[in-house]
Amino acid sequence: MNLNLLSWIVFLPVIGLIVIALWPRASQKTVKWIALIAALASFIISLYVFFMFDRSGAAIGHMQFEEKVLWIPAVNSYYHLGVDGLSLPLVILMTFLGVVSVLISWKIQLRPKEYFCWILLLESSILGVFTSLDLILFFLFWEVELIPMYFLINIWGSGRKEYAAYKYLIYTLVGSAFMLAGILSTYFITHTFDMTALAGISITSSFIPLTVLFFLLVIGFCIKLPVFPFHTWLPDAHTNAPTAASVILAGALLKMGGYGMIRLCVSMLPQVAVQYAPIMCILAVIGIIYGAAVTLRQTDLKRLIAYSSVSHMGYVLLGIFALTQVSLAGAALQMFSHGVITGLLFAMVGLVYDKTHTRDLNNLSGLARQMPVIVVVFSIAGLASLGLPGTVGFAAEFITFAGSFSSTVIAGMKIFTLIAVLGVVLTSGYILWMLQRVFYQYPLDKYNGVGDADLVEKIATFSFVVVIMLVGIYPAILTNVINMGIEPIAKLIGM
Amino acid sequence: MMMDQIRYIAPELGLLCFALLLVLVDLFISNKRALPFIAVIGALVSAAFVLTLWSVPSVEAFNKMIAVDQFGLFFKLLILAATVLVVMASHSYVLKFDKFQGEYYALLMLSALGLMLLVSAINLITIYVALELSSISLYVLVSFLKDKQSSEAGLKYLILGAVASAILLYGMAFVFGLTGNTCLPCIADYVKGMPLTSLLQNPVLLIGLVLIISGFGFKIASVPFQMWVPDVYQGAPTPVTAYLSVASKAAGFAVIARIFMTAFGMPAWLHNEWAMIIAVLDAVTMTVGNLTAIVQTNVKRLLGYSSIAQAGYLMVGLAAMGMSSQSGNVAAGGLIFFLLSYTLTNLGAFIAIIAISNKINSDEISDYAGMIKRSPLLALGLTVCLISLTGLPPTAGLIAKIYIFKGAIDQGLLWLVIIAVINSVVSAYYYFKVVKAMWLGEPASEEKVSSTWPEWVALAACCAIVVVMGILPGAFINLTQTAVKMLGI
Repeated sequence: MNLNLLSWIVFLPVIGLIVIALWPRASQKTVKWIALIAALASFIISLYVFFMFDRSGAAIGHMQFEEKVLWIPAVNSYYHLGVDGLSLPLVILMTFLGVVSVLISWKIQLRPKEYFCWILLLESSILGVFTSLDLILFFLFWEVELIPMYFLINIWGSGRKEYAAYKYLIYTLVGSAFMLAGILSTYFITHTFDMTALAGISITSSFIPLTVLFFLLVIGFCIKLPVFPFHTWLPDAHTNAPTAASVILAGALLKMGGYGMIRLCVSMLPQVAVQYAPIMCILAVIGIIYGAAVTLRQTDLKRLIAYSSVSHMGYVLLGIFALTQVSLAGAALQMFSHGVITGLLFAMVGLVYDKTHTRDLNNLSGLARQMPVIVVVFSIAGLASLGLPGTVGFAAEFITFAGSFSSTVIAGMKIFTLIAVLGVVLTSGYILWMLQRVFYQYPLDKYNGVGDADLVEKIATFSFVVVIMLVGIYPAILTNVINMGIEPIAKLIGM
Repeated sequence: MMMDQIRYIAPELGLLCFALLLVLVDLFISNKRALPFIAVIGALVSAAFVLTLWSVPSVEAFNKMIAVDQFGLFFKLLILAATVLVVMASHSYVLKFDKFQGEYYALLMLSALGLMLLVSAINLITIYVALELSSISLYVLVSFLKDKQSSEAGLKYLILGAVASAILLYGMAFVFGLTGNTCLPCIADYVKGMPLTSLLQNPVLLIGLVLIISGFGFKIASVPFQMWVPDVYQGAPTPVTAYLSVASKAAGFAVIARIFMTAFGMPAWLHNEWAMIIAVLDAVTMTVGNLTAIVQTNVKRLLGYSSIAQAGYLMVGLAAMGMSSQSGNVAAGGLIFFLLSYTLTNLGAFIAIIAISNKINSDEISDYAGMIKRSPLLALGLTVCLISLTGLPPTAGLIAKIYIFKGAIDQGLLWLVIIAVINSVVSAYYYFKVVKAMWLGEPASEEKVSSTWPEWVALAACCAIVVVMGILPGAFINLTQTAVKMLGI
């Protein structure tokens, strides 16, 4: 029985978008509810897929819930969707963030109809990236995602929003331009766009050095992840984006970079990946330490969280290019973990800003008394971010570091890991410092009666906390699935 | 014998009859609103004739003067479609003229007639005559507004066009002098028999080829023959600009493809060498077009420069075709698909611009501020077209770029593709400048910008096809594959 579940997951948000666009004189309330129903439906189906996912050993290395229809015959390109252990957690993450980002946008006043249309389109395109198994389809979804994010930052953002939106657009386009050249070269060498077929065939070519091919592909993902020194778009985009866009940006969009690296660069060109892994690991370590050091200096709450993302995505890069099964699984879990934790942190910053109309640390103080619920959730998010045991942050970082420390594939991994672990110390520094300044100093009178989170906001933020704790206490719920996707990839590296 | 062959030029004859009928009717009726209908009917009749020829096996008619093959027929349909869309978009624009409304439509149709002959011509003489027929009509059309800018544009176009024609003719003379023939298949036979291994060994052929490339370079606005584009695009009546930027350019590419693939497609050293000339020109063309487009503030000038850049992407396909000799179907298909996508996208953009500037009497990008509030549908249509020109999904522009770049990579032109993709990134900057103004700017006035139904239908048709081509390109790709198979490659 084939219900095309993945197509439903990917395109339900688009259906919601069409309904919103065509609904005559839709009131703000109607628009919000349609968006919520579309996002929720997509989330529920993705949960169903998660529970029905075949976890038996026989399913290792196979795509599940596959759909395959010939799409562009002339270039032999298929409409081909499927999930494995690597992509499924990210799909769940995105559908979850889709629901929450609609909830935390509940109070949006400016052009709500367009706003929710863009949010839904964004969700669809990111889901498409995680599920497509055809390079052309993958690239198509990859590019679609640009347009809604550009408009979201540009219209509903704040501060230097136009500059930030442009920077985001141009950076990403540069990356995808190289990626397109890489994808087409791949096709020229192998005559297929099928990502399942491409993983594990040994590619040889006289046409283009494999090193060039590897870097054509990896640059786009490096910009997206972002890897130092391509990260400068990120703080600008985050700082100026509206809250929900920041949540999706940090939560799911950056993961496209990590996912692409594992799915394309490592699976397709494992030998080249091994060869250049030291370079990538050095960049990862620089990103971790530099990102954390810069974070310590930030006084804008949102910019602070944004730079902490640069540091945390360094762990992902380190995990990927340590190239062991454990470290790759750690990187995959770290992507999920960063998605929920940073998503929640951005949501909380958005709430604080909503109430106090400032994000400047120098103007905030002692809010614990005035907003008791927000402070609890914010603290949980912060503690998860610094890797407190019992939260998903700990599980992910521990597995990543354990994997990369024991890597024998790449020389010098132990040193890289030891330096990278220092990032955790710096993280504790800026998180605790931030929490202390915002919530725990003497209270300011001007914030008396600013109000706490309301019901919708509580639902949105508590659901994050549930996920953080659940996966933190019982990580196997995800690692079981992730390992099924990582195992065949780790085999390719030969260790 | 001759009578049998008349059916092969029935589309052209039909169009000619309607063009003349238009001038006649114009004399006798006072309600000029009927004129565009006659023009549209003429184009549709001609298109019907083209369709009757579609399944006819390809032939060379009139003593090898013209060829009837699906390649030519495809371009005839494309030109006719562009003509119909331009006429629909001109409908309210032309009502502003005091007189010569009939002549406007008649000249447009005559120019289309010239282009239709051009895409099926397989003889240097026919090619030249057809080119002049379309060019002379266009010289008049460009200066139709008779104000300072339009007249200047007309004069510039005339003088530079005349020089380009002369250069082309000079090149043709060299080729004729060398081969003793003007028909393309005969030239091909002669060239194949030449005991050469490089163009440099035969300066006559080299000069002939370079001059022919230069002559057509003017038509497709490739660097360094692009100087006329911005001024002419800005000064000409906007519908004429739209027509120039698509129909005339499409026909230019078609005839270059035909001349070079038919006459100079073999042997291998020859096509490799002219392909390299085109590839180098191409790299410069895209870069110059894109970099100069960045600083433009007038939307017509911006699209002028952007069309130079788009010509650059098209030349990627041309160069790939040259590199590929016998197996160039993907490259040629990519070229044709890109032309189809570009024609519809650029026309759509111009139709929206015509409708908007009819009301606000300005082509400055700053005056487009907040257009999404003043005219949501026009602004949305223009946004779709600009997204497609940038090459973003879900539009034809992305598929076209993937298709054409794929053809080039198959031929080992990776360096060219990398230059091209970097250029598409640059282009995003200025296309999004317009999008940004429309969506984010504060409108200068609250007054709504309305559009008439023909503009509406034309814009909606363009956008719909552009999006369908972007999501389900299969059928269109099959069509382009049919069209290239007849070219003998």
